Amino acid sequence: MKFIPNAAFEREMLKELNLSSIDDLFTDIPSSVQIKNLDLDEGLSQQETEKKLLRLANKNKSCQNMISFLGGGIKPHYIPAAVKSIQHRSEFFTAYTPYQSEASQGFLQAMFEYQSMIAELTGMDIANCSLYDGITAIGEAALMATRITKKSIFLIPSNLSWEKKSVLNNYAKGPSITVKEIAFNEKTGQLDESSLEKLLSDKVSGVYIENPNTFGIFESHIEQLIKKIHEYNALSVVGTDPFSLGIVKSPGEYDADITIGEGRGLGNPMNFGGSGLGLFACKQKFIRQIPGRLIGLTKDSNGNDAFCMSLQTREQHIRRGKATSNICTNEGLCALGTAAYLSWLGGNNLLEISKINFERGQSLSKAISKVNRFSKPFTGTHFNEFVIKSPIDPVSLNNKLITHGIQGGLPLQRWFPTMKNMMLFGITEIYDEKDIKRFISVLEEVIA
Amino acid sequence: MSLPSVQEPLLNKISGTDQKQVKIPKKIPESLRRTKAINIPNLDETQIIRHFHHLSQRNFGIDTGIYPLGSCTMKYNPKINEEIASWPQFSCLHPHQHESTIQGTLQMMYELENMLSELTGMDAFTLQPAAGAHGEFLGMLLARTYHQNNNDSKRVDVITPDTSHGTNPASISMAGFNVVEIPSTEEGTVDVSLLKKTVSERTACFMLTNPNTLGIFESDILEIADIVHDAGGLLYYDGANMNAIMGKVRPGDMGFDIVHLNLHKTFSSPHGGGGPGSGPIGVSKRLIPFLPVPRIQKKKDTYGFTYDHPQSVGKIKGFYGNVDVLLRAYTYILMMGANGLQKASEIAVLNANYLKKKILEKPGFDLPFRDLRKHEFVLSAEELRKNKKVRAMDVAKRLLDYGVHPPTMYFPLIVKEALMIEPTETEPKNALDEYAQILHKIASEDAEIVKSAPSNTVVGRVDEVNATRNPVLTWKQIKESEK
Repeated sequence: MKFIPNAAFEREMLKELNLSSIDDLFTDIPSSVQIKNLDLDEGLSQQETEKKLLRLANKNKSCQNMISFLGGGIKPHYIPAAVKSIQHRSEFFTAYTPYQSEASQGFLQAMFEYQSMIAELTGMDIANCSLYDGITAIGEAALMATRITKKSIFLIPSNLSWEKKSVLNNYAKGPSITVKEIAFNEKTGQLDESSLEKLLSDKVSGVYIENPNTFGIFESHIEQLIKKIHEYNALSVVGTDPFSLGIVKSPGEYDADITIGEGRGLGNPMNFGGSGLGLFACKQKFIRQIPGRLIGLTKDSNGNDAFCMSLQTREQHIRRGKATSNICTNEGLCALGTAAYLSWLGGNNLLEISKINFERGQSLSKAISKVNRFSKPFTGTHFNEFVIKSPIDPVSLNNKLITHGIQGGLPLQRWFPTMKNMMLFGITEIYDEKDIKRFISVLEEVIA
Repeated sequence: MSLPSVQEPLLNKISGTDQKQVKIPKKIPESLRRTKAINIPNLDETQIIRHFHHLSQRNFGIDTGIYPLGSCTMKYNPKINEEIASWPQFSCLHPHQHESTIQGTLQMMYELENMLSELTGMDAFTLQPAAGAHGEFLGMLLARTYHQNNNDSKRVDVITPDTSHGTNPASISMAGFNVVEIPSTEEGTVDVSLLKKTVSERTACFMLTNPNTLGIFESDILEIADIVHDAGGLLYYDGANMNAIMGKVRPGDMGFDIVHLNLHKTFSSPHGGGGPGSGPIGVSKRLIPFLPVPRIQKKKDTYGFTYDHPQSVGKIKGFYGNVDVLLRAYTYILMMGANGLQKASEIAVLNANYLKKKILEKPGFDLPFRDLRKHEFVLSAEELRKNKKVRAMDVAKRLLDYGVHPPTMYFPLIVKEALMIEPTETEPKNALDEYAQILHKIASEDAEIVKSAPSNTVVGRVDEVNATRNPVLTWKQIKESEK
């Protein structure tokens, strides 16, 4: 029997227990609900399993086999082989949460370095060692702002994706947080300052601002906005795209209280939106209210440096119902991938890759908006995602593009009913000028 | 444990090339331009691989040896899982890709939902939650929405036994419910008469792990289900211990309304040093309308997402769940099949009871509560504490010296000096025999040796109190603390 070595010793072991049948071990289950067997198929050999999965795999079409300019906060990035090799060290991936420090020094140190690099990148004092994804991180940040300020209104941009709003809405239910939406400037695509001012009050616990925002546009006035937010003793929560941080100021530099973001692209594949990496960093003074696991440097009994989990007193396995979050299992292996990725790039190449992403974004948006009847609806400077107004229905446009092996931008009407014909495009370093050229020629062909 | 004892320097202490200035594109607004370099060292790939390789050598995983953490189900992770999850046809998919390009993954998810429904006896599953605790949180939101939908919003209490996992009360609070913890009986099980007195028109839900965290099957489960349901409450199944009962009994048949499973435990996906996991939620018919969107639909031979579910709670996470973990679980279930999964649970229970007997054959540890256990059992080191001042923590650290991983310690709280052991079905008999022998040896060892353990590990006993009293969490903070 696969992966069950003692199936071969069943009788012998039962005998040692003075039992005659395996069923004797299950006599504590009421017989009326015991079942004889499951209605599932019989097991396959590894070889058959692999064959079946290969058939399934071949029904998919990966981004490696087509040009995909989908935006929406998740995009393919290049993953160096070295990163995968580090992540696949089974001492890491077959380990549990590092409760036993002395047997987990390697993973603990890697997580300490992850926290350090996230703090460097975001300009914040401290970072935890991951939440589920960048989207649940918004929910956790809203809960944290509520705990710290004891206030009940949380503000978000109205142009946040529907998915993010929905997740936040669920996280807000527990403490009955009221979520209110700040309008955006229809011309620039940036957050509307006067709308923010109208909504700010002494009841506001925190304000979430994305930079770049959902439309890919940089919030060039974010420093002023945060000053305003602080006048009301509310916390500023900044959602960042880590790939932008090589060329733009880190949130720490403009006084963000909490910085969050999706870190998956730093060394981890898209996995159809699966295992993500919720970045979560904040100012030192909020350390006791941060959700999730923290790794700290301490000493061992010989006075040498050693690592272990720090401030476990905030966590569910100690605090139970009074924990800062219920999170237990996190995204450790993705955080390891990110630690490996960031160190593989180094500070210098981080600046470089950031620049490349910006330039590709500029290049693609310029090329599309030159195509007959396509236009850019917003004037604000964008990073590697941007909105385009299409002359035809985006869904039917995408249906046509896909027959040419091209995945077009995300139709935005699904999220924002008034944004008819608007699409969210995105590009990263994995597609080059040649790909842009090919895309444009297909685009011209399908709308002709 | 024979791991290299030379300390690995921190990454930022390894010498690399200098930081260079980068030209910021002119189009970036003046107010936002980065002015400082990023303080991450610039190293060569050789240096990075060696650094992380050395770190991996300072870490213990299942591939290193037995890892019998109670309630964690640290079973072997088949290598084929990793291979398949890394195929680009699965891993390089954008969640908003055209439906015609994701049929394979959708089919996998659709079939996995059905497999999990059959395994648990539930009517429908969502694969969205990212971890067990995340599933619990969703489960609580479903209970909340269900009662609100019945105009029954006064149901604000969720009851849970004092032996429950820490995530249970934490998830209850996070969803805005009151935690009502009830003490267990002297048998270590749910106090049925106390439960009867505790339920009321305020009861939203009863959250239970079965077998419980002592590894004891709650034999009164059918009566418990009736009590909770008669009071108008829902019954929640914490599936962390599902590895004990596959193909033997199903939560749905026991009367549970909401079930979460931990795919990274029972279904062999690796724990990754803390994650990613996956915590799908199964529900009975009356809760289906509230499940998160999107749901997966099969029309003829085509699979697609549906969003038109007006009573749905919406979303709990970005996109559709930790798909890479789902893929590993799906692969595992295909390989094991109906009989294999049943055998896995049978041998997991056999291994636990066998190891328990082997350990109890000699003095040192006691087993509070009844003898028959499922997949795990909780020993007490209280006698060692009384006789030799050796604590459960000391035993755990000494186990490391013998190259094996310790059990879960000090949980559940109702057992003094608790050591919670779950060997799983993937451990061979000789590993179990050896583990028992090591424990016997430790019980008879000189107290001072045990209390000063570990001595064969890469570091000595780590000062966790200091790490909490003076938290140093980043390179930057090391510099500051050195000032």
